[in-house]
Amino acid sequence: MDTTSKFSKLYLTLVFVILYAPIFYLIFYSFNSGGTMSSFESFTFEHYAAVFEDTRLIMILINTIIIALLSALISTAIGVIGAIGIVYLQKRKSRNALLSLNNVLIVSPDVIIGASFLILFTMVGVKLGFASVLISHIAFSVPIVVIMVLPKLQEMSSTLVDAALDLGASKRDVLTRVIIPYIKPGIFAGFFLALTYSLDDFAVTFFVTGNGFTTLSVEIYSMARAGITLTINALSGLIFIFTLLLVLGYYFVTNRAKNPLRNGVPK
Amino acid sequence: MKDIIQAVVAILVVSLVLFIINFQLDKTSGRSGNDSISVYNWGEYIDPESIKQFEKETGITVIYETFDSNEAMMTKIENGGTSYDVAMPSEYAIEKMKKNDLLIPIDHSKIPNLTNIDPYFLDLPFDPGNKYSIPYFWGTVGIAFNPSLLDGQTFESWEDLWDPSLKQEVILVDGAREVMGMGLNTLGYSLNTKDEGQLQEATDKLKTLSPNIKAIIGDEIVETMRRGESAVALVWSGQAADIMYVNEDIDYAVPKEGSNLWFDNMIIPKTAANVEGAHQFINFMLDPKIAAQNADYVGYSTPNEQAIKLMDPKVTGDERFYPTEEMRERLEVYKNLGVETLGKYNELFLEFKMDAQ
Amino acid sequence: MKTNSNRSFYLIPYVVWMLLFVVAPIVLVGYFSLFDLHGNFSFVNYQNFFTSVYLKLTLSSFWYALIITGFTLLIAYPTAYWLTKTKHKQLWLLLIIIPSWINLLLKTYAFIGIFGVFGPINKFLELFGIGKQQILYTDFSFIFVSVYIFIPFMILPIFNSLDKMNPTLIDAARDLGSSTWNTFTKVIFPLTINGVKSGIQAVFIPSLSLFMITRLIAGNKVITLGTAIEQQFLVTQNWGMGSTIAVFLILFMVIIMILTGQKDKGELVNGHNK
Repeated sequence: MDTTSKFSKLYLTLVFVILYAPIFYLIFYSFNSGGTMSSFESFTFEHYAAVFEDTRLIMILINTIIIALLSALISTAIGVIGAIGIVYLQKRKSRNALLSLNNVLIVSPDVIIGASFLILFTMVGVKLGFASVLISHIAFSVPIVVIMVLPKLQEMSSTLVDAALDLGASKRDVLTRVIIPYIKPGIFAGFFLALTYSLDDFAVTFFVTGNGFTTLSVEIYSMARAGITLTINALSGLIFIFTLLLVLGYYFVTNRAKNPLRNGVPK
Repeated sequence: MKDIIQAVVAILVVSLVLFIINFQLDKTSGRSGNDSISVYNWGEYIDPESIKQFEKETGITVIYETFDSNEAMMTKIENGGTSYDVAMPSEYAIEKMKKNDLLIPIDHSKIPNLTNIDPYFLDLPFDPGNKYSIPYFWGTVGIAFNPSLLDGQTFESWEDLWDPSLKQEVILVDGAREVMGMGLNTLGYSLNTKDEGQLQEATDKLKTLSPNIKAIIGDEIVETMRRGESAVALVWSGQAADIMYVNEDIDYAVPKEGSNLWFDNMIIPKTAANVEGAHQFINFMLDPKIAAQNADYVGYSTPNEQAIKLMDPKVTGDERFYPTEEMRERLEVYKNLGVETLGKYNELFLEFKMDAQ
Repeated sequence: MKTNSNRSFYLIPYVVWMLLFVVAPIVLVGYFSLFDLHGNFSFVNYQNFFTSVYLKLTLSSFWYALIITGFTLLIAYPTAYWLTKTKHKQLWLLLIIIPSWINLLLKTYAFIGIFGVFGPINKFLELFGIGKQQILYTDFSFIFVSVYIFIPFMILPIFNSLDKMNPTLIDAARDLGSSTWNTFTKVIFPLTINGVKSGIQAVFIPSLSLFMITRLIAGNKVITLGTAIEQQFLVTQNWGMGSTIAVFLILFMVIIMILTGQKDKGELVNGHNK
């Protein structure tokens, strides 16, 4: 028994090292004055300075954040209302049909989402750029929010709503005073997940962007094709810290809802 | 409920603040203003300094965006939803765009600097009378190689790439016409062939190159060659110039079997929003001083006679990059093949890629 | 129940949204697949798909996806198993998840450096006298990076199903004299099969459609269905053929969803992935 546990520790350590190695490798060389990712010369902050001096990069960064915030906000609104609708749907069949549709978008590979949205936008005549990227991000985030909110709604007993109604609460009151406060942790979890999906998306954005509008992922892709620049490394250092803060925020929010991470898994 | 409303308000406020910051940055970087043009160009294909000068001189701000293949550029323009004012496609793409009615005729009275261009580059078959396009750069396709990594081996012909000693060494540029063209040239066929038999033969020939292929990529080639990570690559002449600028070990050759001679011209897409500004930009780029400075930065060959006079004769006298008219004779210009044949080229190129291990 | 009609009012924005962004795009992809290069209605794209090039492409794409999924499962299962045995398992799980939240492009970019000719792996190999190897642009690097990216998405569902499992069952099996191996194959694995299925679904489908890694890490020497779609749409401008490949990818996706389907669909959310 003791040997297995030693082996298991070694194994887990190895997995952790491999998972984190590329990230720390990037960050390590972001302090390299040598300009390459192979030989470390001396310590410098110049690449971080370069990030902040590059107004174009900063603008792309801000665009990425704006898209993430707005898409997460709007998709959360649509998703929450949709989830409430689904739960109170009387017909089992239509409920299942909606849930399957919901799942289709979650499982669909990004290439399919990107390509089909590109067709959609050109057919409808939406200008490729900020609007098309925002709409697509909302589109792929809505189902995620629904999935995160549903279990909370399902575990809420319907007698709670009926009781409120019997006590003379208006429907508006039921929504704002009973349902929403109850599913709040699910709403926050959905929002955070939508936020990270938007920040991380490359493939869908790659298809539907244009007219000078880019997000960070697409920009990194074109920078990476041009070769190694330690500005990307410095950027990744900053992003790592930002992500860490975001994760901690997420952990904090969902931890208040008792069961972290597994919050979104319906029974 | 209250905290949800607070959160929503907070997010909206943050977004708004970010919008404002972005707007301000836009302004300070001189990109905003009522008059602007958007330029759609190849990656690493303009001196950023010349854009700044243009903005300063005309007060027109330039929104600059890049593409990495003629096809990708045409897709974006053809599908609408974009409003680029100037783009720099290659000759066969111009031919196709002209056919598809995607271009606006250029008003030569607004381009006085056109007289600076070497007449050799004007009135070419893909655009008689330069009705729709104005020369920007030109060049060739060839082999960039690093003899110091290959025991002094040099390259004169495409056939040399098949040398068994080059296992996993050869990098190809990710372009159907370039790679298929190499296959065709090696067999002595035309780059523009529509003959299916010849195309199939070329594909079979290319497949025998598989063991030697390291990767089929694009802009990365420059960096990896510069750093001495790769030894041989099929490249455009300007990429070679870029590489040699940093790494002097590297040499460039246009293979003797023949190769591609190409021209990238400036055009105004049908979807342009600022046609007047586009003309100003084109004329500005033809200014001898600007063209010389741009050619120095980019490394490709300029068609601008007056600019050449201002440049280092060592550069413009280098026959690898400024081949003489006689040398250009054995080179071939791409023609627009039509969708059907181009589709065939793409499919065979895919077949070849599938085979590369 | 007079509230019913009002309640369905909530559904309107959601249903409209789903119609616009799930149903309409899929219909459009199907529609576009029926037009040839000249915009004429025809089945030529479907005919084309069944030629050797595209069939070979599909097969090789499946083959790579299978290898990637296999290795991911092989590495992820023990990790998930031993994770459930650690003291602060939720915290450790979170630590496993964090790398998956770092932008995918950045991680891929890191591997370009790591696998480079002058990168740390080659330095290491030289130290041991093996000498420089070409690592970037090989099948190995492609599979390694893909597995690396997918590991967290496989660990998560397996971890959840292992965690839900009643530990007394294992004790019972042991008490009844079952060997460790037997306990695993007869008790533990069958009980976690749902997690494994979710994991496979979360890895296999995205591996069929990887396209950025094939370019940056495999140097275009590996072509997946995703690469082919991206090329047809953004490079060769043959939307009809691109849509046809997309139709088949959707078909494969549905088949895989049915094969790995289960009632507990919620865990899928962890699998949405590039």
